[in-house]
Amino acid sequence: MTDEWLRTDGAADAAAGDVLPAAGQPLLRIEGVAKTFGTFRAVDGVSLDIKAGEFFALLGPSGCGKTTLLRMLAGFEAPDEGRILLGGRDIAQALPHERPINMMFQNYALFPHLSVRDNIAFGLKRAGMARADIATRVAEMVALVKLEGLEKRKPDQLSGGQRQRVALARALARRPQLLLLDEPLAALDKKLRESTQAELMELQRRLGTTFIIVTHDQEEAMTMASRIGVMKSGKLAQVAAPRELYEAPRSRWIAEFVGDINLFDGESKLRDGHRLVVGTRDAGPLVVAEPREPLGAGKFSIAVRPEKIKLSRRGPVSEAGRETAINVLDGVIADICYLGGTTTYKVKLDTGGMVQASVVNSARIDVDAYSLNQHVVAWFSPDDCVVLPS
Amino acid sequence: MRKVFRLSRFNIASLALGLAFLYLPILILVIYSFNASRLVTVWGGWSLRWYHEFFNDRAMIEAAWMSLRVAVSSASIATLLGTLAAVALSRGERFRGRTLFSGMLYAPLVMPEVITGLSLLLLFVALNAERGFWTVTIAHTTLTMCFVAVVVQSRLGSLDRSLEEAAMDLGCDPVRAFVAVTLPLIAPAIVAGWMLAFTLSLDDLVIASFTTGPGSATLPIRIYSEVRLGVKPEINAICTLVIALIAVVIVIASLASKLSSAQGESAAPL
Repeated sequence: MTDEWLRTDGAADAAAGDVLPAAGQPLLRIEGVAKTFGTFRAVDGVSLDIKAGEFFALLGPSGCGKTTLLRMLAGFEAPDEGRILLGGRDIAQALPHERPINMMFQNYALFPHLSVRDNIAFGLKRAGMARADIATRVAEMVALVKLEGLEKRKPDQLSGGQRQRVALARALARRPQLLLLDEPLAALDKKLRESTQAELMELQRRLGTTFIIVTHDQEEAMTMASRIGVMKSGKLAQVAAPRELYEAPRSRWIAEFVGDINLFDGESKLRDGHRLVVGTRDAGPLVVAEPREPLGAGKFSIAVRPEKIKLSRRGPVSEAGRETAINVLDGVIADICYLGGTTTYKVKLDTGGMVQASVVNSARIDVDAYSLNQHVVAWFSPDDCVVLPS
Repeated sequence: MRKVFRLSRFNIASLALGLAFLYLPILILVIYSFNASRLVTVWGGWSLRWYHEFFNDRAMIEAAWMSLRVAVSSASIATLLGTLAAVALSRGERFRGRTLFSGMLYAPLVMPEVITGLSLLLLFVALNAERGFWTVTIAHTTLTMCFVAVVVQSRLGSLDRSLEEAAMDLGCDPVRAFVAVTLPLIAPAIVAGWMLAFTLSLDDLVIASFTTGPGSATLPIRIYSEVRLGVKPEINAICTLVIALIAVVIVIASLASKLSSAQGESAAPL
């Protein structure tokens, strides 16, 4: 067993192991990896490059294969097909303890019979690190995750948030080139989850370790990751930065999975300069920006995010608004959902369809808030529409 | 607020009757073991005479020593084999005939002892094995191994598999992961299993009488044959000692089991 990546020098320079990829090469390259359980194809031909220092999120509904993919990276499952290259070395068939990768488990998997200190030191002892070095490294890790004073506690004497920190410290103690996090925040309550997200991001920036996180929570993925891979039925549906994923989803399914969306089924299309006029059943003709990739012959949908749709009593008000608001739809308020910072209105269109509009509650006392059954005008610009094949 | 459990008269009465039914015979036996009289049923004052008598009864001491050796060795072998079987059943890959294997493993739990004893006797005769210490030990191992397997397997079942994965992730090969993480966590169940096997072996009469040979009687066999000639008060003294030993073992076993459940989520069945 080689543990040369476990260097004992002080600086927290995790990514700089000895198996560094050549310049321009990704740290991790997944090539056509597939895994079948019985007749169920859990992971179906996934290819993905991950650069050193990235914070990457694998996002998808449960059963989409994201956890299986992560477990193959950790070595708990061997792929049936494909290669997994870490720094150019194929590790697809290597055992978990032969990889410079560590994992933080969803339920933390802390050793109940060991103290916090021994949990963190566990991986260092296996690597044959000198006793004094272990003590230094454990102290460093304890300080890193702010667990000072709890070193002698057993896991069952810790709160959920503290256990999460121990799990993180234990996984980071060996200074892995790659840290895998399996739904690391799923067991925490909302407030704690949000503060922990920020801490994880800060930690990742400071250490420079490459993080791959698996989550089903799209908000979590968007907040933390620099890039997101959306998985569906064992395949990567789209790999993009959070903003691109949200504003330019590649398919109807992704648009619906990531955030809320209004979808109108397109029935016919007409070219008008660099714009398309699309006939829809639910909202009549809509003007949209022409998509970069030409639309095929198949069916397609127009997608508009709720916050891109503006509401008013009489239609677009400002001069600028009048120019961009080419799509103007009349309707009545059918449902109001007050969320504090924003209010989501459902508007029943006169043409028959239903649109959701999200309005920021920018004033504390809003005499202009809409009420049920009130007549409103919903409007949005062509550039806020995405044309998606369905 | 703490809920106070109040005993109604009916509860007290049924509890007293139940305890009396279970423990009155044993209590009488213990009291009569300190009887000074030669007659079992006549009280002649307190005395340790029969304990003294027992410690001078060579045949009885030899039988007790034999029983103790059989119990310790069969419990140890059964614990080793039972633990291995439990690990194979709950951690191994799904192999063909796995259900059959676990069914067969647990068969001795429900098999009448007479049948187990007789079949073992036939086997030893067929093998022309000299009956004595080793045949009884093997027979008791067969009997008690499944009990150990049940106890250990239930503990393994309640253990989170990701603990072993975490150990492997942190640099252990599968064997070291088992030794460093799984073994300490199932140790209380293994201890409890050993204790169970020990007591089962110690008080077994049926299987031992089938599989033992001349000159190597276990304590229950020896006591049984003495009683057939008439109960001597000395028997009471021996039985009291055995009860004391088993009580100690059971207390330790349940403490170990409690410790095991305190560490994990669910308890081993004991």
